[in-house]
Amino acid sequence: MTLELLGITVLWTFLYGYLIVASIDFGAGFFAFYGKWTGRDHLINDLISRYLSPVWEVTNVFFVFFFVGIVGFFPDTAYYYGTALLIPGSIAIILIAIRGSFYAFGNYGSKDNMFYLFLYGATGLLIPASLSTALTISEGGFLQVSGDKVVFLAGELFTSPYSWSVVVLAIVSVLFISAAFLTYYANRAADDQAVTIVRKFALFWSPPTILASFLVFVSLREHNPQHFQNALNYWWMFGLSLLFFLIASILIYKKRNYGLAFISVMLQFLFAFFGYGASHLPYILYPFITIEGSVTNPIMGQALVIVFIAGLLLLIPSLILLMKLFLFDADYVKGKK
Amino acid sequence: MELDNVMLSRLLTSATLIFHIIFATIGVGVPVMIAIAEFMGIKNNDSHYLLLARRWARGFTITVAVGVVTGTAIGLQLSLLWPSFMQVAGQVIALPLFMETFAFFFEAIFLGIYLYTWDRFKNKWSHWLLTIPIMIGSSASALFITTVNAFMNSPIGFDLSDGKAININPLAAMMSPAMPTKVFHVIASSYMTCAFILAAIAAYAFLKGSRGAYHRKALKLTMVSAFIFTGLTMVAGDLSAKYLAEYQPEKLAAGEWHFETESNADLVVFGTIDENNEVKNAIRIPGALSFLAGNSFDTEVIGLNEFPEDERPPLWIHYMFDLMVTIGMYGMFIALLFLGLWIWKKGNPFSKPVLWGIVAAGPLSMLAIEFGWLYAEVGRQPWILRGYMTVSEAATKGDGVGITFVLFILLYMILAIVTISVLIKMFKNKPAEAELEKRFKEEN
Repeated sequence: MTLELLGITVLWTFLYGYLIVASIDFGAGFFAFYGKWTGRDHLINDLISRYLSPVWEVTNVFFVFFFVGIVGFFPDTAYYYGTALLIPGSIAIILIAIRGSFYAFGNYGSKDNMFYLFLYGATGLLIPASLSTALTISEGGFLQVSGDKVVFLAGELFTSPYSWSVVVLAIVSVLFISAAFLTYYANRAADDQAVTIVRKFALFWSPPTILASFLVFVSLREHNPQHFQNALNYWWMFGLSLLFFLIASILIYKKRNYGLAFISVMLQFLFAFFGYGASHLPYILYPFITIEGSVTNPIMGQALVIVFIAGLLLLIPSLILLMKLFLFDADYVKGKK
Repeated sequence: MELDNVMLSRLLTSATLIFHIIFATIGVGVPVMIAIAEFMGIKNNDSHYLLLARRWARGFTITVAVGVVTGTAIGLQLSLLWPSFMQVAGQVIALPLFMETFAFFFEAIFLGIYLYTWDRFKNKWSHWLLTIPIMIGSSASALFITTVNAFMNSPIGFDLSDGKAININPLAAMMSPAMPTKVFHVIASSYMTCAFILAAIAAYAFLKGSRGAYHRKALKLTMVSAFIFTGLTMVAGDLSAKYLAEYQPEKLAAGEWHFETESNADLVVFGTIDENNEVKNAIRIPGALSFLAGNSFDTEVIGLNEFPEDERPPLWIHYMFDLMVTIGMYGMFIALLFLGLWIWKKGNPFSKPVLWGIVAAGPLSMLAIEFGWLYAEVGRQPWILRGYMTVSEAATKGDGVGITFVLFILLYMILAIVTISVLIKMFKNKPAEAELEKRFKEEN
């Protein structure tokens, strides 16, 4: 495997990790607010907070890891994306800042503050929308480069059917992934009332998820035909994604094997995400940045890979410990610890 | 001052860093203090220290959250505001940036575990052991990110040709001449500042009438720590000055208003300067600058006149340097005063003036951190990569820096206000005495 392919695979894997853990987090924030709003907070909010409290900071690191890594492996991305994304990027940072801090204010400081919870819940849906613009821009057509100036065509982005279909997909996926996870978690806690509620959320958001995915495909065909053609070469990955979606939905509907259902959801997004990523190659930013043309020099690349492996050796056991204590410890999940 | 992209990018980066550094400093130093308190608590089976650790940890969660989000902001802003710089930095200095994320990851995992497992382990030491990866993670973050900053001050390990970095040596770039002193100074001063902030809180509670054993112990513990860390900070500061004299003489010269190259150079303390570079109202300590630069009055100190005018840092950084050093001295003084009164039992270390002096030392230390960073950062103007790239070459050419600046200022103001009010509310509603009674009832 070449260095650039290794680099982008590592980064893509981390972005996938972020997609899953952040979706759970973002969706949970929204459900917590919704629960409070509809007066059912006593049923689900403790459960949500029990899961989120120890892990929310880790979620954030996945994201930091991705953008530090991409600048390290592909320094040209800093130049193009940095210049182009000044405003959308800043808005995303502000939303993330509001969300993270008000989560802490609400959870550790002023409990039951409705306004804090609102900020936390609302930003949870706006962040995926704003982050997804970076993926949209990578398809090309939203940047104009003249000389050393990179101009972001915001008008194009706002009127593009493709960009809106990605935003819709991002939001509904977040709610679906999160609800599927919470169903599993509530079931582990043997909290039947909570299961009833979050299972309904999962079922409710299941059809829109798959509809939005098709919408993205259709609009991609218009926006970037070359990418669409490439995607057809990876049809089997998208097929597997659909299969796992069906398995997950059926299991949740039949109230069986919520753990397996959530794993299916993860696989559904794994195949879709990697299918999308693979068909996007060799471009990182169409048509300006390719992975070959922008990869860092080999010495730095090797150093990064070595550090990456060393880092993983440190992280994986720590993450397993974290999960053992807060995710797979039945007593903790039930709120007995 | 023209508000072009360069100036606005500088202002926004400054605002973010000035805000972030408060929480970053707390993030590096407070875990150490928590670890010390919990250690004392377990070792002496003393519920006061255990409660101290718990209460500090509780407040810490709020500051960590704000630290994490503002840290994310500066991480992304680097690419958004300084894309050309990051293109070069991505090739040369990606390694420590990457390592910093790992350290942060490591800390985040164990902090999450630590905060939610207070009563979960049978052996109390198991819980205490969790503080070790937290301290390693937070201090290693500081180490790696300071390494990046050190590189910007003394770039090494690459050649620049046509705006592209070539002949890159990642390890050499990390081990820049500025790195050891800078890292030492940053970590020691963070520990010092946190010790003083926690001491200030204890002293304030004492002044407000909480005079029990809990607050006495808190004061003693924090002041002993503050004394040690202040000592370390002073050593680090001295080494930093010697580094500057050798590698970045223009920063030292601008900070000291030192224009002519000479040996036996005077140290200028405070004072004013007019447009003809005439220094007035200053205290001059004969030969002290030479001594600071090289431990001998004969050391030749390079003057600012040796540098072309467009490569000189602004002269106002002199005040930043003086304020930082003065506060450092004050910290040492108040720590010695408190410890002296306590150990030799002459006079009362818990008297009002001493306590107010300690209360002042907390915020002052944090100000010293800000002054020190302003001196360090503005002192390398006009360079972003000293000798290679100026800040005006590195700033973004994108539109909208102005509106972004306004949005972030609003964000930081809101975060500041809410953070303070949440922290106050958190502790006001739950005095230590009541919590002690409730939590450790069966033990007492």
